[in-house]
Amino acid sequence: MQSILFLILFPLVVALALSLVRRDAVRRWIVGVSALVLIIACLELLRNHYAVPIHLYQVNADWIRPLMQFIELGLAAYMISLAVRHKKWLIIPLVLAQAGLGLWFELSQGHRLAAIFPLFMNQLSLIMALIIGIIGNLIAVYALGYMRDYHAQKKDVPDKRRSFFFIIFIFLSAMFGISFSNDLLWLYFFWEITTVCSFILIAYRGDRESIDNAFLALGFNLVGGLAMLLGIVILFLHQGIFELDRLLIQGKFMVMAPVMLLSVAGLVKSAQLPFSSWLLGAMVAPTPVSALLHSSTMVKAGVYLLVKLGPVFNGTYAGLLIALIGGFTFMMTSLLAISQRDAKKVLAYSTVANLGLIVMCAGIGTYESIWAAILLIIFHAVAKCLLFLCVGSVAHTIISRDIEEMGGLIVAMPRSAWLMLIGMAGMFLAPFGMLISKWAVLVAVIDANPILSFFLLYGSAATLFFWVKWMGKLLSVNQPRENIETGINRTIWLPLYILGFLMMAVCLFFPFVSHQMIEPYVISIYGLSATISRGNMIIMIIMMGMLFLFPFSLPSKRDKMKTTRLVDIYMGGANIPGSKTFLGSAGAIRENAFQNYYLEKYFGEKILLYPSIFLALGLLIVLMIGAVA
Amino acid sequence: MQKSPWIIHYDGSSCNGCDIEVLAALTPMYDVERFGVINTGNPKHADIFLITGSVNEQNKSVIRNIYDQMPNPKVVLAVGICACTGGIFRECYNVLGGPDKVIPVDLYVMGCAVRPEAIIDGVVKALEVWEDKRREMTRKRGLKV
Amino acid sequence: MRKDILIPFFYVVLAPLLGGLLAGVDRRITARLQGRFGPPILQPFYDVAKLFCKENLVAHRTQTAYIVFFLVFMVFTGGIFYAGEDLLLVIFSMMLANTFFVLAGYKGGAPYSSIGAERELLQIMAYEPMILFYAMGIYMASKTFYVEQIAVTQHPMLIVSLPGVFLGFLYVLTIKLRKSPFDLSTSHHGHQEIVKGITTEFTGPALGLIEIAHWYENILLLGLVGLFFAPNLWLGALAALLVYFLEIFIDNACARARWQLTVFSSWVVAAVLGFGNILAITLFR
Repeated sequence: MQSILFLILFPLVVALALSLVRRDAVRRWIVGVSALVLIIACLELLRNHYAVPIHLYQVNADWIRPLMQFIELGLAAYMISLAVRHKKWLIIPLVLAQAGLGLWFELSQGHRLAAIFPLFMNQLSLIMALIIGIIGNLIAVYALGYMRDYHAQKKDVPDKRRSFFFIIFIFLSAMFGISFSNDLLWLYFFWEITTVCSFILIAYRGDRESIDNAFLALGFNLVGGLAMLLGIVILFLHQGIFELDRLLIQGKFMVMAPVMLLSVAGLVKSAQLPFSSWLLGAMVAPTPVSALLHSSTMVKAGVYLLVKLGPVFNGTYAGLLIALIGGFTFMMTSLLAISQRDAKKVLAYSTVANLGLIVMCAGIGTYESIWAAILLIIFHAVAKCLLFLCVGSVAHTIISRDIEEMGGLIVAMPRSAWLMLIGMAGMFLAPFGMLISKWAVLVAVIDANPILSFFLLYGSAATLFFWVKWMGKLLSVNQPRENIETGINRTIWLPLYILGFLMMAVCLFFPFVSHQMIEPYVISIYGLSATISRGNMIIMIIMMGMLFLFPFSLPSKRDKMKTTRLVDIYMGGANIPGSKTFLGSAGAIRENAFQNYYLEKYFGEKILLYPSIFLALGLLIVLMIGAVA
Repeated sequence: MQKSPWIIHYDGSSCNGCDIEVLAALTPMYDVERFGVINTGNPKHADIFLITGSVNEQNKSVIRNIYDQMPNPKVVLAVGICACTGGIFRECYNVLGGPDKVIPVDLYVMGCAVRPEAIIDGVVKALEVWEDKRREMTRKRGLKV
Repeated sequence: MRKDILIPFFYVVLAPLLGGLLAGVDRRITARLQGRFGPPILQPFYDVAKLFCKENLVAHRTQTAYIVFFLVFMVFTGGIFYAGEDLLLVIFSMMLANTFFVLAGYKGGAPYSSIGAERELLQIMAYEPMILFYAMGIYMASKTFYVEQIAVTQHPMLIVSLPGVFLGFLYVLTIKLRKSPFDLSTSHHGHQEIVKGITTEFTGPALGLIEIAHWYENILLLGLVGLFFAPNLWLGALAALLVYFLEIFIDNACARARWQLTVFSSWVVAAVLGFGNILAITLFR
């Protein structure tokens, strides 16, 4: 148990240290060393506990609950003061409702709220901890170099890096807390801390747009938090329990209402429709924030909760509706991503889409779907993080987030382009991880409820389109470009390379991970688990082997091409020889330029976004009514 | 023997008379696809460069460009009298002559407008030239290796 | 020798021969439909042989590698299908192969090949739902994903419970076989409005490899059609041939459609015929 406490408390210490440090050099040391320490701690945890189905831990400290309550009230006051300062009046009733409910609950029932086992650990929480520990810390290291470039480029943004890194480590601590909390009130506490962290980090730039989006995120997440608190209160008042492990063993129909409310919290946190706008708006934040909070970790907390509740959803009408929301989100956001030119927006929509898949699996709640969901969590965290970090450093170098500016990046920034290609391939291509996960989802859906396959299939078609389109853009050298990749900091390259390597390692070794950790977890709940057959594994390894040969098969610039001759592209003979320009009318020299299809008329936000939100809202209302009934 | 001559057809400054006859060769009446002839629009896929019309300042570089984008072995066929010598427009100030002023021409097919039978004859003869060039190319490759 | 090594071996060796023959028959029938004589049936082989005699010109030095991997993965895909492996893996592997083909088009960095590549992507997006409904339908009817088990299924001919999926599959087969009205990205018939589309920047041997890869793909696709008639595999082969001739006929009857019609009609067909069939099976289970 010391390891768990260490993981929760150590980042707090680091955060405190970082809040005092002004010099970047010292900061780099502290972050670097802490990252290493935390990663090692996570791996140690893995080594000692991976075989154990579940461990519950006692914590004898009565002062924890009052301290949490005190912090919650403090944060509430802080948020109200900010809301007043920026005239965001809607926030105030939400905060007051939450604080009020929490306070009333504590005062009236507090004496009965001493959980026997507030902390726990099982393979799923271990997997979450590994994701937070490894990926979270890699992002923290990346942020060192990134934020330095950020401020060098954006001179008008005030340098608040002390509080930035302070919040990042507080956030890591809170995420560890979420992973290991058995006591629902502890879960709620850490959950709200992540909400506040997200709020502060989104507003980093300090301009009108960032502040507005930060409050948007805050507002949505407060609704989620309120739902969670309400759920906890109802659960306690009706059933007398407030621990997760005891919740999971109750009869489904007795706990449906509180589970529904907790699910709403999960849906909001993972930005499912109709709550997606906060995540899309959060893309104004610096890239490490987008990677850490809004793709790899915080939003995973939302689906983590839903996956944990998965067994409860199995076979229920509520589960079906949750699955519908997830599937519908996957399909609509994948279609919406086709029309986006802003690289971060594409990644954001893709994130929401993949979270939708996980939510769908959680809603189905069979052993196959939970297995698929966990696979999705792992692979998506790695691939998406890699993509966000690459896009961040590329965006700094080409001073644009527009995909159309990334043409020929394979020549202009070869290392970044290759890493991005690996990340993108990892998102949808066989034999990489996400494909395996989607395959597992398909099988789970077919066996449980084939009607949901509709969303899965159409969404997948869309994802292939926009990923290959982007890959093609990177590869397509329409005009000669020079290599502009020099000068990128080591603190940026190191996490990128590690993530690229992790991406491939996790694809190669996932059967091992599945066998050692995921399957035991699923078996411990359902008695049996899905797995990937040996024959298919062998085929996929052969495919990976062949793919691995691909980069080596490309002739390098130095190869004297004996049997191959380089010629102009075909432009009707109007080429200016030896260049990629052509002679237009009146003797004007024109460039060969090509833009991808964005199909805004069909898949644009103006067409799809509001109908999607309304339909999803409708589903949600049906869900809530059904739960109450 | 070459059984799959793929053609790219380019109109230099032709009056379109010869072009119509070239296209007529593809119709059921003459049906050159029997011989495996396909009219690709792409020099990179073509073996035989069929040029009608004469060369002027504007299309000089275009003809050169298309010729360069064709992979070896390739054959150039000048179709129609304008392509052979400049035809009746030879004395014009803007006409440079036939394409042999810009690229090496292998066969000349006379006529104004040239008859489809003559075009087919020309293509068949071009196949023999193509075959010779291929043997030459293979021999050179063999020497290099 | 073991069946699951022998059959893929025959596939690897015979598929290009059979595919080329079918392509030749295609051109012959097309010519006859147009009142011409048409080339000899072995013409595609003459074409490919000639292509391998030509120089390999490239617009970008790495573009041929993508084509090589397209071919390699296409052969691999067909191989695992005919070895009787998991149908979904076959489909995913086919998508990997096709991704290489699309990226090859982008690699040329040229206007026509780039447009061809975008259109190819639109085509893939159009047929993907239906192809996956196909796999789902076959699984739900025969209770397994493994082709070798599907081929000997005890179930009365799969098509009996999968009429909708079958028709939907035929619809998107037109796209996959690159037949009008859905031959947006590249076509065998003369010019296109985008010259040769995705294959514009490829010459000689590379073009030959593309052609052979398409032959492998066609034999794979006909195999997918034949699976509907399991366990009567000879009937399946005959049906596949008939379907191919039907596609030739459709090819000659239709003009090319715009991408909107291609994508959206395919999606509607997949939803109504494919998903509808799946729904029917689910409700009557």
